[in-house]
Amino acid sequence: MIPAPFDYHAPGSLAEAIGLLQQHGDDAKVLSGGQSLLPLLKLRLASTAHLVDIGRIPGLEYIKEEGGYLKIGGRTRESALERSDVIKAKYPILHDTALVIADPLVRNRATVGGNLAHADPANDHPATMLALGAEVVAAGAGGERVIPITQFFTGIFSTALRPGEILVEIRIPAPPSRSGGAYVKLERKVGDFATAAAAAQLTIGADGKVARAGIALTSAGPTPIKATAAEQFLLGKLPDGAAIAQASKLASDAASPSADRRGSVEYKREMARVLTARALAKAIARAGGH
Amino acid sequence: MSKHNIRVTINGVPHEAQVDARLLLVHFLRDQLGMTGTHIGCDTTHCGACTVVVDLEPVKSCTMLAVQADGAAIITVEGLERDGKLHPLQEGFCQEHGLQCGFCTPGMLMTAYGLLSQTERPTEAEIRHAISGNLCRCTGYVNIVKSIQYAAALPR
Repeated sequence: MIPAPFDYHAPGSLAEAIGLLQQHGDDAKVLSGGQSLLPLLKLRLASTAHLVDIGRIPGLEYIKEEGGYLKIGGRTRESALERSDVIKAKYPILHDTALVIADPLVRNRATVGGNLAHADPANDHPATMLALGAEVVAAGAGGERVIPITQFFTGIFSTALRPGEILVEIRIPAPPSRSGGAYVKLERKVGDFATAAAAAQLTIGADGKVARAGIALTSAGPTPIKATAAEQFLLGKLPDGAAIAQASKLASDAASPSADRRGSVEYKREMARVLTARALAKAIARAGGH
Repeated sequence: MSKHNIRVTINGVPHEAQVDARLLLVHFLRDQLGMTGTHIGCDTTHCGACTVVVDLEPVKSCTMLAVQADGAAIITVEGLERDGKLHPLQEGFCQEHGLQCGFCTPGMLMTAYGLLSQTERPTEAEIRHAISGNLCRCTGYVNIVKSIQYAAALPR
């Protein structure tokens, strides 16, 4: 399959890339790892007059701890998350996620920023970033602005990024001690999108009760779903079996999946409940709670 | 549609070419250079038959533009054999019956090449993880895993 014709640009700097995006407006798309965009262009489900490849802009691939945040460059490859010692040791929820995105070959090119900016509700990073309370940094002609991840996903395949803006960084607040997270995905085979998946990130307080809870779902609606009622319920509770059961029920109530060949609405909602329970149990164990 | 002059090194040989912006790397290799060892299977980023090694990492060449490879060092299945002698991986696939129809084999070989260049002695689990983006509809993978283990045990 061959994409419809387009002009290709390979800017050498962020300023040049933003200039091209401003110049071409809706006629331009950003190419990062291309593992979602190129298939769409090939299938002709998408087309563009101008493809702006950010692959040659220096300084967009990094994983670093700085100023109380974990900072991930927008073009950091999923395979880098998979191999990172910092991610493995301190952010197991991100390691879980990187390991189940597409397949290892795709992860050698696919990028974290692309996974978020593409805003496919079946993508895996949106749920983990919602659970972690991340922020994204958008660079545009007027400089950079910070967007809380809770305001980032505005609809199916659409985000708060304005035309002419590029997602350059993801910032995750460093979790306090006694924190843990997990991402649990049900997929038919390696490389498939999630039938359902759940992300959970918890902090246990000195009193043994839940001090912070982040829970979000993949493939559970037109956008990634933040399970707010489940999060609120857990606050101040002892993280025991009964609390997990009730929180999982509340999370699945927040899901509004659609039926497709991966399953019926009822099945997917039930899987959202089961996977949330598993993610919570794993998160609690990793936080040292049980 | 824009056209671009690219320079790539393929199996150690420098190439210069003019390519259309939309030309996929796999079509560049097969149609423009006549290197048909790299196969097109699903053409939808699932099967891995088109896997080549770009700057030391195995990637699906149906999901990369030729122009994105400008400046890169690429290794294809044609680059494995040296001076008429099979690469240890090819030797392994022969010895352990790692192929039946052979369609997925170039991709399997290149993924395995990428794995062995990072992990000298991979475990069976690491091998299975590494090839999880490559589909084989003949072998059930058992002999492919054995083939890669065979190569990993040989001096390279």
